[in-house]
Amino acid sequence: MSKKMLKMVTKKFKAHLIDSHNQHGDETVIITPEALRNLTTALRDEPDFACEILADITVVDYLGHKTPRFEVVYHFLSLKHRHRLRVKVPLTEEACAVDSVADIYPSANWAEREAFDMYGVVFKAHPDLRRILMYEEFQGHPLRKDYPLMGSQPRIPLLEPERPDTPVYPPNFGDYGPAKENV
Amino acid sequence: MGLEHRLPNVVTTKLGPVLNWARKYSLFQYPFVTACCGMEYMATSCSRYDIARFGAEIPRFSPRQADLLWVVGTVNHKLAPYLRRIYDQMAEPKWVMSFGVCASTGGFYDNYAAVQGIDKIIPVDVFIPGCPPRPEQVLDALMLLQEKISKEPWEKYDFEAKMAQKRSADASPSDLAQEN
Amino acid sequence: MNRDVLGTLELEVPLNTEAMILNMGPSHPATHGTVRFILTLDGETIIKFDTEIGYLHRGFEKSCEHATWQQVFPYTDRLNYVSPLINNFGYALTVEKLLGIKVTDRCEYIRTLMAEISRICDYLTCVGAGALELGAFTAFLYAIEGREFLWDLIEEVAGQRMMATYARIGGLANDLPPDFDAKWKALRPHLFYLLDTIDALLTRNRIFIDRMQGTGAISAQDALAHGFTGPCLRATGVDYDVRKTFPYHKYGEVEFDVVLGSRGDNYDRYRVRMEEMRQSIRIVDQCLAQMAPGPVTCDDPRVIIPPKDQTYNSIEGMIRHFKIIFEGTQVPPGEAYGYVEGGNGELGFYIVSLGSGRPWKIKVRPPCFYLMGALHKMVEGAMLADIIPTFDTINLIGGEIDR
Repeated sequence: MSKKMLKMVTKKFKAHLIDSHNQHGDETVIITPEALRNLTTALRDEPDFACEILADITVVDYLGHKTPRFEVVYHFLSLKHRHRLRVKVPLTEEACAVDSVADIYPSANWAEREAFDMYGVVFKAHPDLRRILMYEEFQGHPLRKDYPLMGSQPRIPLLEPERPDTPVYPPNFGDYGPAKENV
Repeated sequence: MGLEHRLPNVVTTKLGPVLNWARKYSLFQYPFVTACCGMEYMATSCSRYDIARFGAEIPRFSPRQADLLWVVGTVNHKLAPYLRRIYDQMAEPKWVMSFGVCASTGGFYDNYAAVQGIDKIIPVDVFIPGCPPRPEQVLDALMLLQEKISKEPWEKYDFEAKMAQKRSADASPSDLAQEN
Repeated sequence: MNRDVLGTLELEVPLNTEAMILNMGPSHPATHGTVRFILTLDGETIIKFDTEIGYLHRGFEKSCEHATWQQVFPYTDRLNYVSPLINNFGYALTVEKLLGIKVTDRCEYIRTLMAEISRICDYLTCVGAGALELGAFTAFLYAIEGREFLWDLIEEVAGQRMMATYARIGGLANDLPPDFDAKWKALRPHLFYLLDTIDALLTRNRIFIDRMQGTGAISAQDALAHGFTGPCLRATGVDYDVRKTFPYHKYGEVEFDVVLGSRGDNYDRYRVRMEEMRQSIRIVDQCLAQMAPGPVTCDDPRVIIPPKDQTYNSIEGMIRHFKIIFEGTQVPPGEAYGYVEGGNGELGFYIVSLGSGRPWKIKVRPPCFYLMGALHKMVEGAMLADIIPTFDTINLIGGEIDR
């Protein structure tokens, strides 16, 4: 039942396919960034695929383990055929941008905003790309592997330091803090 | 000069306990509810662990009308300015209860997002540990707060004395609420 | 207004009105959950509706990357904190998928029935709080009373009223207590009584119907496009329940109905939840009837710590215990997406492992994130007071949407 879906997708997008697998029963295709919009439109419109729901968009950061460093992961779900597909798009750190699919699937609107907020992946032609979970003045992208776990950036002056044995203000993490001469 | 300063001494020695008795048994809450502790807060306010028998039932959703600020649940850095603003908008006398371990110390969210205890933002009177605390713990903390209120001198909220103190503090730098 | 009659007379001077921007701030009585709405109003009508979330972002994903596989369970409790057991089971399911472990039958039955009990707690909270915000305080009290009894039951089983952390990878923390059956049978008629009372108070109530019917409607097509799942999608008429479409645990072996609405408005969402609670009670009954005694943890040495006499009396047992607790279960490299039917819809966990004792990445697919993304579509053009019932029936849970 579901292996058919993987075969159809790999056949149709063979030119842009990097890899595909069926690990643990989840069909996955890895494609190049250029093919994303065509694949997404095909998944929505063609009756063989009929993926009505874009379940989730996320980014995985493989710093130090794999190049390219980022992988944008899309999960599609079809209720008509009861199958799912995972689409992965690898991105390097320098070219950390991919086309937005918010006009094809409106659920991508907020999901892409979150991916941008947490990882810094830019979604081109997104109607409203701004931070969603963090606040505007936050600098950096917290879920990246090189962002420290306790790198808090307080919005208001605190009455006492949060972690007295480690300096909190100014945050000490390289390029992501305010310029050292301003502190 | 307020009326209380013109009363004969024997009355003002009784004034404090009367005011404290009135204040502690009629606390108007401002429930600043954010997270999971809100569920236990709801449970404390409802039929089984009735908080109304302590006089602290009514939530007043305006900081101007409330005197007990319940900070229930995690406060993160995005929300911190709003908590500070709500605390500043409350009129004295006011007390703060930090409900749950996330509000007291940040809980187990020791990371970039959560404030490691709301006492870094506003002064707190009673901390309630627990994740989430059982309603019995909450009621115990409320009773502790009532004991604390009953021991307060009535001069603590005396406006004239406070203004005088503030004027002298502005003249010389104080170390209260030192920024950063 | 007879404009034709008064046509030439300047009796009406057009007022210069501007749209008013109103902020329903993060701390608001009618928003149970911290979320901020920035409304642009023309009188009472909403022209533009902007939602701002993130006020409960607690860094779940980053914290989990620094915890071992077992230590993630308390974090998952606090995602959808009104039905915490469902989150536990969803995460455990996904890690078991990565490890390739099959849990025992009894474990699956217990997971099914505890998830349903948690689901009833979730729906009672949603219906109760929704009624509270429309002014029906009595219905709220009845709902919370029902929830207290269910929490008593969960406390007997798992030790804590809310954040039970009941699941373990490969099984459960402990078996059901021996008198669980009797306690459920004693509780059951009381639950039905409470549901009937809430029904009697709300379902045909004039005020309730006026506020809820016709407000916050969304079409099935829009709902699917926005990624809706769960009761809000079923209220629009789309038949998608993860328990029936992709059965997991023992949902394939118990009988229950999928409740569908038709108009996709607030009243339908309320009715779907009320009826689904009754279906959940049915599932719990069947699970208790079909369950057979047996072990609740599988015997895979990679995940299950050895029994105490082996830990203390044999060196292999001690080393195995030590390695599982300190280094974490060594999950082989790979990725998996596991999904369960949460209180609000399809709760998915996308987990990437690079072969160590800590997860490399855990992404939670929060069902109410996508519901909130479409909230502006449901209220734009409606009146200010329609936000309240719409927001309530969407059942936003801050811990889930902000993680």
